[in-house]
Amino acid sequence: MSAHAEHHHHEEDFLFKYVFSQDHKMIAKQFLVTGFTMGFIGMLMSTFFRLQLGWPGKSFPILETFMGDWAPNGVLDPDKYLALVTIHGTIMVFFLLTAGLSGTFSNLLIPLQIGARDMASGFLNMLSYWFFLTSSIIMLYSLGVEGGPASAGWTIYPPLSALPQAIPGSGTGMTLWLVSMSLFIVSSLLGGLNYIVTIINLRTKGMKMTRMPLTIWAFFLTAILGVLSFPVLFSAALLLVFDRSFHTSFYLSDIYIAGESLGYEGGSPILFEHLFWFLGHPEVYIVLLPALGLSSEIISVNARKPIFGYRAMIGSMMAIGFISFIVWGHHMFMSGMNPFLGAVFTFTTLLVAIPSAVKVFNYLTTLFKGNLVFTPQMLFAIGLVSTFISGGLTGIILGDAALDINIHDTYFVVGHFHIVMGLSAIFGMFAGVYHWFPKLFTRMMNNKLGYAHFWITIVCAYGVFLPMHFMGFAGMPRRYYDYSNFPMFDGTLEIGEIISVFAIIAALGQVIFLINFVYSAIWGTRAPKNPWNSNTLEWTTPVEHIHGNWPGEIPEVHRWPYDYSKPGKELDYVPQTVPLEEGELDEGNHH
Amino acid sequence: MTKFLIIVTGILGLAVVFQILRTFQLAAKLRGKNDWEVTDHENKTQALMMPIFMVFFFGFVIWQIMRWGHLSLPESASIHGEETDMLLSVTWWIITPVFFITHILLFYFCYKFVYNKDRRADFYPHNNKLEMLWTIVPTIVLTCLIIYGLVTWNKIMTPIAEDTDHVLIELYGKQFDWTARYAGEDMRFGDANTRRIEGANVLGIDSADVNAADDKIVKGEFHLPVNKPVQFVFRSQDIIHSAYMPHFRAQMNCVPGMKTQFNFVPKYTTAEMREKVGNPEFDYLVLCNKICGAAHYNMQIKIVVESQEDYDKWLAEQATFIASNEVAPVQPEKPAVIEAEAAAPTLENDSTKTE
Repeated sequence: MSAHAEHHHHEEDFLFKYVFSQDHKMIAKQFLVTGFTMGFIGMLMSTFFRLQLGWPGKSFPILETFMGDWAPNGVLDPDKYLALVTIHGTIMVFFLLTAGLSGTFSNLLIPLQIGARDMASGFLNMLSYWFFLTSSIIMLYSLGVEGGPASAGWTIYPPLSALPQAIPGSGTGMTLWLVSMSLFIVSSLLGGLNYIVTIINLRTKGMKMTRMPLTIWAFFLTAILGVLSFPVLFSAALLLVFDRSFHTSFYLSDIYIAGESLGYEGGSPILFEHLFWFLGHPEVYIVLLPALGLSSEIISVNARKPIFGYRAMIGSMMAIGFISFIVWGHHMFMSGMNPFLGAVFTFTTLLVAIPSAVKVFNYLTTLFKGNLVFTPQMLFAIGLVSTFISGGLTGIILGDAALDINIHDTYFVVGHFHIVMGLSAIFGMFAGVYHWFPKLFTRMMNNKLGYAHFWITIVCAYGVFLPMHFMGFAGMPRRYYDYSNFPMFDGTLEIGEIISVFAIIAALGQVIFLINFVYSAIWGTRAPKNPWNSNTLEWTTPVEHIHGNWPGEIPEVHRWPYDYSKPGKELDYVPQTVPLEEGELDEGNHH
Repeated sequence: MTKFLIIVTGILGLAVVFQILRTFQLAAKLRGKNDWEVTDHENKTQALMMPIFMVFFFGFVIWQIMRWGHLSLPESASIHGEETDMLLSVTWWIITPVFFITHILLFYFCYKFVYNKDRRADFYPHNNKLEMLWTIVPTIVLTCLIIYGLVTWNKIMTPIAEDTDHVLIELYGKQFDWTARYAGEDMRFGDANTRRIEGANVLGIDSADVNAADDKIVKGEFHLPVNKPVQFVFRSQDIIHSAYMPHFRAQMNCVPGMKTQFNFVPKYTTAEMREKVGNPEFDYLVLCNKICGAAHYNMQIKIVVESQEDYDKWLAEQATFIASNEVAPVQPEKPAVIEAEAAAPTLENDSTKTE
């Protein structure tokens, strides 16, 4: 009898430890694995449509093997091409780079780096994950419904997304997209509120705001952006649901399609565009800021040198976050909104370049006269600086309304945002995984595979996205299924092929990461307590995960986190828990 | 079956790879090392990879410019396009050096300051002067760019004054083709609403509207006179399309329920442009540039730019709305909401109205 009870108790333990866990470290792992799973699916989709784009109309039996009647005789169906593009974008932006990135590292690092036993509300944190998982499952389920998944582009502009007559994906598929994204927004809000409250209330003794690592600053600002902007997407989606299901006219007016006039009156799709991009643009920084935070920390640790301009780094992240709320109109220069607004948004958009430039120069100065250890995470962080420069600079072209006229919605845009947002964010995420893997899985990753992964990824990533700028200057619109109807694009055929080859190699390169990840998580070498000789608090916790993070008292913090190679110290790092010596300056807190 | 084989091969492959990794890990342990620690040799190799990568990276950029530079759109075929092209060149001249210089610094620092256990990094947490420098310099440069850009933008987006001699043309998008409508002698379009779409009246024009009588509707291609301002008005029948005329550096979305506009002056006739690009088959095109469904990728219409005489001759051959629509049932009641200012000859406030 008692043995039975014990057994029962044990089972419950398992369930609550691994499944319905309220421990932030376990939730971080759940976000990471779910996010990466979605990310791999999204990447696979892109290789499938790259086959069509690189070799239009050519039959690839593998497409039929994987996708069945989406690719009859191995040739992708045009409707399903749009479906793939749409779901690829949705998954990558929201599921991988928002939930996967913020969800993993905010959850893992906020309590560990500020010195808290857990999140302010473990229960809400668990709910946040379960909403995210449900939302992921619904999104994947929508792939199989009648008419296919949402196909109106990840921006789901109505009327295309509102009318099943316009595109088959706007039937059940679109409904599920809206349901899935609504759950996603709930997940993001629960997470975001939790992060903000935790950072404000649960810092350990001595952890002033100006002693927080830049990672925490980045997560803090990201959470604020998310909490302020995601509800707007929710309202946009809600009104779209009304238009779709209850024949309201928020976004629709004066429409004749499939042989009948629909009787909508007085709505405007531009309203949707405003609401969508009011989230959509801050979203870019919701994706990017955590990556910038992670890389700041990683570059400083691996350069054995304090991050240059700690306060300027915080200030520029704040500036970027603030400006990100007043630039959304640059996605709409050609939407037909008043040209005066176009002028205003040009002005605010180009301002973003200033804090961005400050960040880049601060990164460079941090590397200058450092003592650089090239761990895989350091390589990815350096890769991030490179992509942030390359992609950021072309943003100066796109943000200028007069120049946007001719490259709006062309491949130039695709190249730009994939480099500055996609690559920078995913590089930051990879860097974070390599760096904090010991905190996630108590084991180390193999660095040789890490090197191979980095070099294949950066070479192929540039190989994919740099040539797209040339397609943009040739005037090639994005989201075309086939360009061979246009003699003016004949010359770009070889560009398309080269891009597709790089994309396939890049996808294969990620298998290296996957292998390293799975292998190391299970059989990797045991991690020491502080493998990178880092200053921050997470490395003072025991290697094995324990509930509450520290076995005894939470350590007190006495200094900023970037005392690397400080003169007069024996070691080239001074953990935050070491008290200041007499007369020693606390670097983050004086000028 | 194929799927099954792929899966089995994948699993077996993984097992093999895992075993190899295990071997390496154990071998490292036997040598008293960890497979995750960065050795001196690895550090130096990675540091050396940085400038090597940089050379290939820059080489790739330059190779692309040489190989694909000529694919860029030819010289602008519109007057305002000269200005945007100039603005683009200026912007390139600013960002290209920044691209190269920052990348050179990035990769050079990585190469130069590789880890050395006998050396310490410079403790250099901040420098207000430097930080001010790289806040202020970008601010100045961007201020200039912003002003330059805004002046250009405002010039382009100002509608043509009513008293200027110009062509008034409506471009109407629907899944998946374009229709053009000329305003005719009166320079006014007849009222149109999707509820009146019926039979040959594909634009839903109100035949009772006197302004509609001389409107001319054309499909397949439309013509423009060279060196004369063209005021475009855009409408859509069903979903958002975008009228993209890359050779004229012109684009505007076509939004159901509202009118949008753009104007430009064509500079070269089709024949002249054919000569310039050395392609006797060259044609100006309108492409759809907003995702609009399965055949989005093939939604186009040809533009023919020709001399005023040829244009007049071609236009005279096109039937007026009244002639092509003999059986015109007069609609008794006017749908009230949308029509109010639809007939106004200028469209200045149209886009603000919907904000």
